[in-house]
Amino acid sequence: MAKTLDKVEVLTVGVGWTGGIIAAELAKQGVQVVGLERGKPRSTEDFQHVHDEYRYAIRYELMQDLSRETITFRNHRDERALPMRQLGSFLLGEGLGGAGVHWNGQTWRFLPYDLQIKSKTDEKYGPDKLGADYTLQDWGITYDELEPYFYKFEEMAGISGEDNPNGAPRSKPYPTPPMKETPITQRFKDAANNLDLHPFHIPSGNLSESYENPDGQTVYQCQYCGFCERFGCEYGAKSSPNVTVIPTAQDTGNFELRMHANVTELVYDGGKVTGVKYVDLQTGDEFIQPADVVVLTSYVMNNVRLLLNSGIGRPYDPETGSGVIGKNYCYQILPGANGFFEEEKFNTYMGAGSLGAAIDDYNGDNFDHSDVNFIHGGVATITQTGQRPINNNTVPNGTPNWGQEFKSQSIKYYHRVLSVGAQGASIPHRDNYLSLDPDYKDIFGQPLLRMTYDYTEQDRNLHDYLSEKCAEIVKEMGADTVEPREISDHYSIVPYQTTHNTGGVIMGGDPETSAVNNYLQMWDVDNLFVVGSSAFAHNGGYNPTGTVGALAYRAAEGIMKFREENGQLVTARHSSKKV
Amino acid sequence: MAENEERSTMSRRRFLKNSSYVAGGAIGGGFLGTFLGRDLLRGTQQNSNGENSVNDFNRALMHFTRQSDFELLSAAVERIFPADDNGPGAIELGVPFFIDHQLAGSYGHNDREYMQGPFYPGSDFQGYQTRLKRHEVFDVGIKGIEEESRKEFDSSFTGLEGDQQDQILQKFQDNDVALKGVTSSTFFELLRSATLEGAYSDPLYGGNGNMKGWLMKEFPGSYMSYIEEIEEEEFINKEPQPLRAHIVSE
Repeated sequence: MAKTLDKVEVLTVGVGWTGGIIAAELAKQGVQVVGLERGKPRSTEDFQHVHDEYRYAIRYELMQDLSRETITFRNHRDERALPMRQLGSFLLGEGLGGAGVHWNGQTWRFLPYDLQIKSKTDEKYGPDKLGADYTLQDWGITYDELEPYFYKFEEMAGISGEDNPNGAPRSKPYPTPPMKETPITQRFKDAANNLDLHPFHIPSGNLSESYENPDGQTVYQCQYCGFCERFGCEYGAKSSPNVTVIPTAQDTGNFELRMHANVTELVYDGGKVTGVKYVDLQTGDEFIQPADVVVLTSYVMNNVRLLLNSGIGRPYDPETGSGVIGKNYCYQILPGANGFFEEEKFNTYMGAGSLGAAIDDYNGDNFDHSDVNFIHGGVATITQTGQRPINNNTVPNGTPNWGQEFKSQSIKYYHRVLSVGAQGASIPHRDNYLSLDPDYKDIFGQPLLRMTYDYTEQDRNLHDYLSEKCAEIVKEMGADTVEPREISDHYSIVPYQTTHNTGGVIMGGDPETSAVNNYLQMWDVDNLFVVGSSAFAHNGGYNPTGTVGALAYRAAEGIMKFREENGQLVTARHSSKKV
Repeated sequence: MAENEERSTMSRRRFLKNSSYVAGGAIGGGFLGTFLGRDLLRGTQQNSNGENSVNDFNRALMHFTRQSDFELLSAAVERIFPADDNGPGAIELGVPFFIDHQLAGSYGHNDREYMQGPFYPGSDFQGYQTRLKRHEVFDVGIKGIEEESRKEFDSSFTGLEGDQQDQILQKFQDNDVALKGVTSSTFFELLRSATLEGAYSDPLYGGNGNMKGWLMKEFPGSYMSYIEEIEEEEFINKEPQPLRAHIVSE
């Protein structure tokens, strides 16, 4: 029998970037916040022995324990979904700070085009550019409205960057200067300039200099040690919730963090959410924690799953296109090209998660799409993140992947390969969605989330086009051999691609086609906010965290407003039936 | 947060103390040859056939019960990562012991992976779907390699010529061998990836013996900082540092 605890004002389910931002912003204003985090605590002290590729990058020390809970996956609706038994395609974070501990720190603002993608695309290319199966939607907010929140995130995290001539307009410069120029970034920039493109340094959450943020938290100077993505930072030099918003929330005295607290269900009375049910994983005790406001901040997968398992919102039905929960699941398309250099070696083992250079000439609608059969594009980058030897064995096409030839070639090219890759936008399709699995259960007996996802024609066309553009840059950089990447026959859950999963609880202006309003407040449940990249109506051509952070600040403001005003904070653009 | 700063500084200082190479910066490519002959951490010599002459009590079996199975594993990983002009192969690097030890622990028992049924074969895009855990997959796979060798060449796998061993392994990679409970290509991919992991992981796991995997690849292991070197034009070949260097014994 679950024990019912005393009611709290605001409760977050998960304490990573989004839960941490909500907690910090509200606690600073005197609101009592409880954060329920199912993982274990961790801080900079835990990362003094982190330079261990096998433990962290191969065996996924910081990632979700799938024996408790995973997702199931299939490419198509007529296939049987099977459990993702091992991590691969994406790496779900676990523990305090969530994926904000093991991210690389590349921090972008989605483009004005992204936020109004449907109207801007229709306006320029007509309403049938992609066809009706692509469920493209505006986000219910404009870039100008969101701009201040982007800066709030950058200012809190101390982002290091410089002006990007093709990027979203900024009202203020980055709080810290860009990271160091290296022979690799310089090579990319020279090539890009030769091709009349517009290169700049990647905006970075690994800081170029020590920085004290407005809350008094310090993020230290990055040491370029080469162990960043999949690792925590032993210096506190990678901006993370653990060195910024979580201590800020705790310093107020208004934030209570409960670890090992695994939320299994939202308590829903048909009108509002009255609290959550959770299990203390160390004792097995069950609790009901009542709250005035519940905030889902538990990554895309759990935000969607908790809503579906709690019977909240209208589940998306791909057959009819009705419903919203689980709709518009998107990923990221990863075009690129590898360049092999016979005469030169580069210090690719050094680096930082966000060290690199980029061009935005092929992102968003920065180039004309009249004569191509896709929309959008992606930022193309060269990164110097620190290549480690187990995971980096790039060899020329046609080389076997074991045996003497493989050994020789993989050793030879270890420091002789430079790659340019793009974060290709992922455009929603009616057949790509999230739902509950009918067969497989988690450790508590609750249905797993089921992902139905495959590449679309749009994805393939975008991939081909951008891979060719990346190859042009690599060639101009002087590579002796250039090999553009190819997209696989179907999306595979096995090889690592990217942890940029988005959608499923999307924002918009119309409750008929979106789940949350532009404060990330559920249309159907006034006191429930669902925060994260689950709100993305599509995935843009960048890493998502900057936009996730902006939306979290927007949601925090919404929660404060809700405490004053109650009810819906946004007027729906079209009237619609409730469930 | 001052506490954090001190901690980081301390850590760096300790690290510098443990390393006589950080301050030196660039080291020419020539040190590889002279370096291979000694054991970094124990200061002992290698014997003439390249094996460690120290008493390494860790080099015993945790998972395999028959030495013949372990010898087959050793022969197979040596074909995947053979000794050649670049340097040592999987056996000298300790890869067979690395794999044996990993199979006895959470890796071999799929502890942090979803192993609830029902089990179905699945498509090529749905990943690992066998009900067997990795240690069982290795047992089935090694038995299968031996059977296939006897069928194909009427000999034990360890008695085959190198190119015959490659033919057997290729059949496993191509999924041309029927195994019970798992596909041969699933087993081969585990074997292949575990071999690379054993060659290049930190030596604390029992592979990458004397960091010779890293030396071959010119990967310097664990340094706390490259901030003074990241802008250098020339390639910098640094003497590798293991995680052992971070353990402070004072």
